[in-house]
Amino acid sequence: MSAAFALLHRDLRLSLRQGIDVALVVLFFLAAGILFPFAVGPAPNLLAAIASGVVMVMAALAALLSLDRLYLPDFEDGSLDGLLLSPLPLEVIALVKALAHWLTTGLPLLVAAPVLGLILNLPPAAYLPMLTALLLATPMLSLLGGLGAALTLGSRRGGVLITLIILPLYVPVLIFAMAVIDAARLGLGSGAGFLILLAAMLLGSLALTPWATAAALRQAA
Amino acid sequence: MALFEARDLACQRGERLLFQALGFQIAAGEALMLTGANGSGKSSLLRLAAGLMPPAAGQFLWDGQPVTREAEAHRRRLVYLGHADALKAGLTVRENLRFWADLAGLSRPAAEAAVDAALDANGLQGLADLPARFLSAGQRRRLTLSRLLLQAADAVPLWLLDEPTNALDAQAQQRLLGQLRHHLGAGGTVIIASHESLEALPGRRLAVDDFEPAPFDEALLLASHDALGEVA
Repeated sequence: MSAAFALLHRDLRLSLRQGIDVALVVLFFLAAGILFPFAVGPAPNLLAAIASGVVMVMAALAALLSLDRLYLPDFEDGSLDGLLLSPLPLEVIALVKALAHWLTTGLPLLVAAPVLGLILNLPPAAYLPMLTALLLATPMLSLLGGLGAALTLGSRRGGVLITLIILPLYVPVLIFAMAVIDAARLGLGSGAGFLILLAAMLLGSLALTPWATAAALRQAA
Repeated sequence: MALFEARDLACQRGERLLFQALGFQIAAGEALMLTGANGSGKSSLLRLAAGLMPPAAGQFLWDGQPVTREAEAHRRRLVYLGHADALKAGLTVRENLRFWADLAGLSRPAAEAAVDAALDANGLQGLADLPARFLSAGQRRRLTLSRLLLQAADAVPLWLLDEPTNALDAQAQQRLLGQLRHHLGAGGTVIIASHESLEALPGRRLAVDDFEPAPFDEALLLASHDALGEVA
């Protein structure tokens, strides 16, 4: 347990000391989202209609942007060998790394999302559903992203490859998260069914991705 | 009685067979020095011994037991230090070392004491609170080597060191030699890939390039093919 905590502590400390990484993810999320009112025009109804999609896609892209610092630095500086040889099971390492990634990207995005909602004229009733959907969706972005990062270790052009591997896996997450927000925006009920599906997907990812990520890390070594 | 033994190992990287039919035995208190040209497979042999990748053929035995049968116990009994320093530039010298101590499962007081002792032993105490990005190459190497001193030889008897003397000055090399001697004296064992002479250590030498497979001989293949045709 203390070994897992030491790994979490180290990853968080490294991210926060290079605080610019966390700030860049949030700034990208906001800046790319702000492009939409300029690109599609400031019509309030149009913006409200695309708000859920923009928020979720920007969250996915922002998470994607930060995946290369999940395993690549450890792979390049030899720390990954030490992690592989530690008494800590590799599945736990994968889970802890995804948690650290979520705490430094998913959680800040959760805080920044209402700002983007405001800019995109999201109706007030949709804010709570948006945050709930993001709370369930962003951990999946980190877990699936960790798998992609582990699979592409050691390959040239890893960054592009991650995108191609991971984006299809992000699609179901995006569909259900957007459905939650849109149900609230259009007044079609609470969207609880979609939330339950999202929660089920999150539990599935929590149970399965650490194993797959561990297998990929063993191959990379 | 051999403590650590390799039998009939083969190692393949990509399409290339680096070595085959390689074997060795080391007893407690003995060092094994790997020699050989660049690319002969010294580093790969160390990675095989650490269990970081599986051999293409053959096996390792610890106390006569195949290590694949007790992979977790094998991980606990070894320290592997590769080419790369495995240091984080953003962490201080002490934080870097403390992370490896915690990860090895040392309790908080034990980790604190072990880190202090290891920093003292390698003359890094004065730099303890400096971020690792400010260290020189030799200092980085000494910090990496400090990981060897976090646990005693009875807990972690097997050291696997890839070019440990890189970037070390004469004084630091002497210090490493002393630490290696102490480890061996306490019943530990060590495998070192090195160009430099740590020859003063008791133990054996293994020239990895002696086990390089013979180059592919097309004439021989054709001859055997013809012979097969005649039998048919």
